[in-house]
Amino acid sequence: MSCTRRVFLGAAGLSALALAGKTALNGLARAAETPRPGTPGVRWGMVIDTAACLKDQGCTDCIAACHAVHNVPAFPDRAHEIKWIWKEPFDRAFPEQASPYMTRGMVERPVLVLCNHCDNPPCVRVCPTQATWKRADGIVMMDWHRCIGCRYCVAACPYGSRSFNWLDPRPRIAQIRPDFPTRSRGVVEKCTFCEERLSQGLLPACVEACREKALVFGNLNDPAAPVRELLRTRYTIRRKPELGTHPEVHYLV
Amino acid sequence: MFMFEKAVVGSRRYWIWLAALGAVILVGALSYLRQLEVGLGVTGLSRDVTWGLYIAQFTFLVGVAASAVMVVLPYYLHDYKAFGKITILGEFLAISAVIMCMLFIFVDMGQPMRVLNVLLYPTPNSMMFWDMVSLGGYLALNAAITLVTLSAERQGVAPPAWIRPVILLSIPWAISIHTVTAFLYNGLPGRPFWLTAILAPRFLASAFACGPALLILLTAAMRRLADYDPGTAAVQKLGLIVTYAMLVNVFFILLELFTVFYSQLPEHMAPFLFLFVGLDGHAPLVPWMWASVLLAAASLILLIPPRFRQDGRLLIVACVMVFLSLWIDKGLGLIVGGFVPSPLGAVTRYAPTLPEMAITLGIWAVGLLMVTVFYKIALSVQGDHEAAA
Amino acid sequence: MRDRGLIVVGLALFLGLITFPAWYNLAAGTTSRAPELKRPANEKNCVAPVEYMRTRHMELLTAWRDQVVREGKREFTAFDGRTHQMSLSKTCMRCHESKADFCDKCHNYSGVTPYCWDCHIDPALLRGGKA
Repeated sequence: MSCTRRVFLGAAGLSALALAGKTALNGLARAAETPRPGTPGVRWGMVIDTAACLKDQGCTDCIAACHAVHNVPAFPDRAHEIKWIWKEPFDRAFPEQASPYMTRGMVERPVLVLCNHCDNPPCVRVCPTQATWKRADGIVMMDWHRCIGCRYCVAACPYGSRSFNWLDPRPRIAQIRPDFPTRSRGVVEKCTFCEERLSQGLLPACVEACREKALVFGNLNDPAAPVRELLRTRYTIRRKPELGTHPEVHYLV
Repeated sequence: MFMFEKAVVGSRRYWIWLAALGAVILVGALSYLRQLEVGLGVTGLSRDVTWGLYIAQFTFLVGVAASAVMVVLPYYLHDYKAFGKITILGEFLAISAVIMCMLFIFVDMGQPMRVLNVLLYPTPNSMMFWDMVSLGGYLALNAAITLVTLSAERQGVAPPAWIRPVILLSIPWAISIHTVTAFLYNGLPGRPFWLTAILAPRFLASAFACGPALLILLTAAMRRLADYDPGTAAVQKLGLIVTYAMLVNVFFILLELFTVFYSQLPEHMAPFLFLFVGLDGHAPLVPWMWASVLLAAASLILLIPPRFRQDGRLLIVACVMVFLSLWIDKGLGLIVGGFVPSPLGAVTRYAPTLPEMAITLGIWAVGLLMVTVFYKIALSVQGDHEAAA
Repeated sequence: MRDRGLIVVGLALFLGLITFPAWYNLAAGTTSRAPELKRPANEKNCVAPVEYMRTRHMELLTAWRDQVVREGKREFTAFDGRTHQMSLSKTCMRCHESKADFCDKCHNYSGVTPYCWDCHIDPALLRGGKA
């Protein structure tokens, strides 16, 4: 027997290294080929008219529609709540804009906040499994099969747009809708610009539900689109622009 | 090959200690099973404070793991012979600490069964990917180093020459594991409390104070329980390292305080205010943070004057203070401070729940068990070697 | 051999435990029954040939999952030329109707618990009304 234990262990170690190397190379190759989903040339964006939204105080149609269509659970405990779109007072949504001489009404004006689908998203940068990534059409997407629930993306998001499933969501969904899966406990979720509706040529649920048409959604690459019209003719602001995230949800104040 | 036979003979005290640790581990394991069943909602974490005790322990323990370099570097790179008996203890401490880090990360995952996705889908832009790679590499390095050097000592021969480059590699690697861990935090644009270049140096300084302090405490315990003497020179040198590292760490904290409070940037000041004086009527961590400050100051009073530092008992008191102070700083203040206030300005309280604490204690017990078993093996081998010599 | 008695008892215990699945199933009479699936009433063809589906439906579902979620593609052309939406709840369950009468039959028999249904919606759940 010419094979000593040392030789055997060395060969086994090298084989293991080779296998690991192959997996790593596969992974890196996969990382290099970014998928190109979505309609080519489209760049989705949204403009929210905070004044129009204000017209019906207490209206939560968009929130109700979004959360219903996507089977978002309702947790009464603020610690465990999951929300894809909700209202924040102006001085919370735009802390750097508030001034001591602003009217109380302006300071407390409810502003709809949601995932901004940033052009330079920190959440995508930190995700260790690419469970969240940026599509070619601008949507920051979620893969709930791959998410390991590390919540790094939640730490990275400067807007607080992401929610984690601390508990099983199913008991907290009043009426399960068949068209969209629920999520399981242990994964992070957020608004996905209704990409499943967009693929059917529908508008996002929140946009469709708004009675005041305060949510304008469209293709930022199309100069004739209503979103571009608004951005061209009116002054808009974005949340925390100084962070370089380039959010694509714009606000009319 | 692994000399475990050294660990299965021991005094009555040894077995009672292992049994006690086993009981704590069992309670932690049962709590974890419940957490797997119900979800991370059994912890005190929330939508605003998404990382807490588990990740804080991980951050703290990466520092302890990295601190092995403080004994390896002088001995292997600069031939500082006094550390001869202590390097193996530092390396074994590093292995135990890295295993604890991995366990703390594992219990913090929402979908732990998918954790290998990090390796199946490598993501070079994610610091968490590199953290897993560097921790895994560091574990492998230290496992190889301890195995080879201890086996050699047992056989009464010098270790093979090829282990020296491996040992030398572990030196920059130790620095890198804690730097990568700092990078997890200090590259996030939305968390101003962590967004500081000095976070990595601060991590390293506190690690180099805390790790050797723990090593001093462990060797003192070995002296009491196993009649083991690593040598006064070694312990004194470690004490000096703790002193300088603690001074640098405190200096770095003062630098941070200056930058934040002189610039008066609201988002940078808010977390510090929450931690040290309270914010919006919430001040749950204020007593803890001031305790940390007082412990740090008291430890320096005992460490700086040579006649205090060279007193064995005072050194032990100082090391306990250093350990506690830095555990509060890194293990409590650092993580919660990053999440309060939230990106929308909310102040959310976080307090670990009983299951969370049980799991945490369980993992600490795993670490202590490993340290006990490893040290038993190391001390037995060293003892045999000296008896034969 | 002082320990002969202990060794024999230990061996007997070991043999009994290691063969437990065999004699327990024989005694309970469960080995002879293969799983009985409820076939869809109206459709002849699935999205792939029956043999392929029997052995590799997991691969198909995984491929569908990545196509829909990661590539945004939803249309699938089956082997018989028909196009379908790649969806477990909307396409597969449109014909197979009930997880309990179809999917669970083989899964329970083989002792596998795929976690698809933690998230994907079993139509039977909706027919029952509440969550």
